[in-house]
This record gives sequence, structure tokens and C-alpha cells, in this order.
Amino acid sequence: MPRTLTELMAQALVMENEAAQRYADLADAMETHNNRGVAELFRKMAVIERKHAAQIMAEMGWKEAPPLPKVAWEDFEAPETAPADAVHYLMTPYHALEIALANEKRAERFFTRLVRMANVESVRKAARELMAEEREHVALVTAWLKKVPRPNKNWSEDPDPPSYTD
Amino acid sequence: MNDTAAGAALTAQSYKSSYKPIWCPGCGDYSVLSSITKALAMIAVPPEQVVVVSGIGCSSRMPAYTSCYGFHGVHGRALAAATGLKVARPDLTVLVTGGDGDGYSIGGNHFLHACRRNVDLTYIVMDNHVYGMTKGQPSPTTEPDWDSKLSPGGTGVRSFHPLVIALASGANFVARAFAGDPNGTADIIAQGIRHRGFSFIEVLSPCVTFRPDQREWKKQVHPAPVAATDDPARAARRIMTDDGFNIGVLYAGNRNPYPTHRGGTQVAPSDLEAEFEL
Repeated sequence: MPRTLTELMAQALVMENEAAQRYADLADAMETHNNRGVAELFRKMAVIERKHAAQIMAEMGWKEAPPLPKVAWEDFEAPETAPADAVHYLMTPYHALEIALANEKRAERFFTRLVRMANVESVRKAARELMAEEREHVALVTAWLKKVPRPNKNWSEDPDPPSYTD
Repeated sequence: MNDTAAGAALTAQSYKSSYKPIWCPGCGDYSVLSSITKALAMIAVPPEQVVVVSGIGCSSRMPAYTSCYGFHGVHGRALAAATGLKVARPDLTVLVTGGDGDGYSIGGNHFLHACRRNVDLTYIVMDNHVYGMTKGQPSPTTEPDWDSKLSPGGTGVRSFHPLVIALASGANFVARAFAGDPNGTADIIAQGIRHRGFSFIEVLSPCVTFRPDQREWKKQVHPAPVAATDDPARAARRIMTDDGFNIGVLYAGNRNPYPTHRGGTQVAPSDLEAEFEL
């Protein structure tokens, strides 16, 4: 539980940076495997998360990132970080947006819990603002999801699958 | 290799090369690469003072994805090459990376003796209980009842227990990590590097292509219930009764590492020969 506004914002910065790095790594993986549509989408998301990180730096007046805290998250990673194993080489943009939506929802729930549990007013106020921002992101990704085609039921069938038996 | 500007802070990015990994999307090794680079940033050792040595297999591609010095050697022989390197250049930080096939099957003998010699190396094995690169054969750590097209009904052979073998053979640091916890894994790797002597870290690193069942590992791993011990007998009891999913440092011993020459004293070959005269 962050005890000061600085601690909270440093945590939020960790969340945005780790989310951005994961999206960038997933974009690289998808590009290597010739899934360029999804690669592009993940790159866009990485850029968006980096903008959020830059926004935190600007709001806090930080020229350099402060020493970032080691945080014990509820799960293994920060709530906004896409699970590394959530992807598939044949996934579609719809799947990518589903992953993004889940990430934003987890982040929203994280800040909602902080609002409830914070016992320092400045921390509670900032957590409320961050919660509201994540709620906006949820709405944006939900709207985006409606614009992309749903995958067909055979999306993961590969006519030349990687499994090989003698 | 990157030249680090004087005074520039080292970050995980400082240790990554521009080559993009070719692992399957979702492979645990992506996270292990991230963990290794984060660990090196924690230690703040310049990339040009680090060498990553590997053998053959998916996880043995690791050296190319770092900006450190690297040696991608032959199947099962990473520890042999790394031992020679560290003895010749004790000033370097030497990491050895590979998989369960490379490390415990063809490389099994080198594994025993690397633990025994206790040269100051850090050996990171990305264990996915399968031969991934050769498309799905059972490995020494595959469960005996794993039914697959290449081992119908399972091998029926008891799994190799690398942590027990490492401890019994003399490794000075024994730990297990999980690729799904990259920050925790980074911590463990950093501890392993700092701990003098042979540090062995098994990382459970799921293979999404040939072992999709390993997605369940994230529900099964748990922090080791007790702190690391420096008592090998206590560690042995714990590891022998381990469920295979305890995460953390399980043993941190006090053996002195294998002595290596330090300092600039040059020894002529004739002087060395004189030592062996009968």
C-alpha cells in the first residue's frame, strides 16, 4: 500500500512502463512470426502506454524516473501488463484487443482497491484520478473492439502446424 | 557489443541486442531473457564484462539476444566452455544458459562435474520438460506418464531431479524460478550471480507449442515455505520432498569457489612443464 503520493505515482509509472515493454516485446514476437496486423496493434499499445508514463512524469515534475519501487503485486506482474503467454502466433487483432481490455480492467480494479484502502488523503485522491483514467481506457478499448471483426471459429487451425512426428 | 557511455545508468535495455527472438509467441524464454537483462542491470556490470555461454536448443539462442559477449557452443557442452572461460578470465561475469535437454541429457555429465568443481559461474536452465527445438520428444525432466505421439503412454521412466543432483554434486547455490514471474526470476538470478561459486537456477519456462498443458504451471508454483539454508543436509531433505513448484533460493552454501589465477603474473610454458617433471 503506497504511503505517499510519490510512492503511488512511482508505482503507477512502473505499471505503465512494464505494460509498454511487454506490448513492445509481443509486437516483436508477432512481427517475427509474420502476424503483422497484430504486431502493429501491439506497437500502438506500447506507444499509448509510454505516453501514459510520460504523462505521469510531467504531472509529477520528474525529469528522470525516481528510483522505482519493488512492488509486491497481487499476481506475478503489474496489473496492466499483458500475460506473456496470452498470445498465439495466429491470433487476430480482436484477440489482441481482448488482452488489452483485460489489462485495463485489472488496472481499474487495482486503483479502485487503492481508493478503498488508502488512509492518506493525497494518495486516495490520486488513486481516484488514476481509477477514472483507467475507466476511460476500458471504454476506449471496448469501443475499439467493436470495430474489428470477430475471429472465425477456425482461427487457430494451421494447415502446416509446427508439430512434427517421425 | 554496446559501449556504455561513461556514467550512463545501465538498464535492462542496455543488455539487449537488436536481434528479435524467434521463439514461439508465448514462450517462457522471452520472460527469462527479460529477467536476465534486469538481473544484469541490478548488478550494474557493464555488458562488455559479461559473457553468456550456451549449447543447443531454443533457450540456447539466448546469447544472440543479449549485447554481452556470447558463445553459442555445441550440444551439451556449454558448461565445459564456460568453465574454461572463467578459469582463464576470472574477471568476467559468466552466465551459462540452456534447456533441460542440453543440460541434463547430452550435457548431463558436464552438469555433474561443473557442480563439483564449483567454478564461479551462474547456470540458468530453462526447463520445459520437453525437447522443444526438435519438436516434442521427452526430455530427462518429462513426467513418466506424459502421453504424446512420440512417447505413447509416456516413457514410464522416472524424471530426473536436477536440483537434487546439483546439490549432491556440490553446487554452491540452488534455486528454482518461474518464467511467469520475471521480476522474481530477475531477483533470483541476481542473487545467483552475486553468490560466489557454482550457482544453479532452474527456471520453469513453459513451452506453449509442445507442452500447452504447462499453462497450468502459473496456478501451481508457490513461494518456497522456508528461507534458503546453508546446510546441505537440510537442503537435501527439503529438495527431496519438494513438489517441483517451490520457487525461491533453496540452498546458498559456503564452499569456496574453484581458485582461479588472479593478477598479471605471466607463467612461461617451460615453468609449467617443470612442475610436471618426474
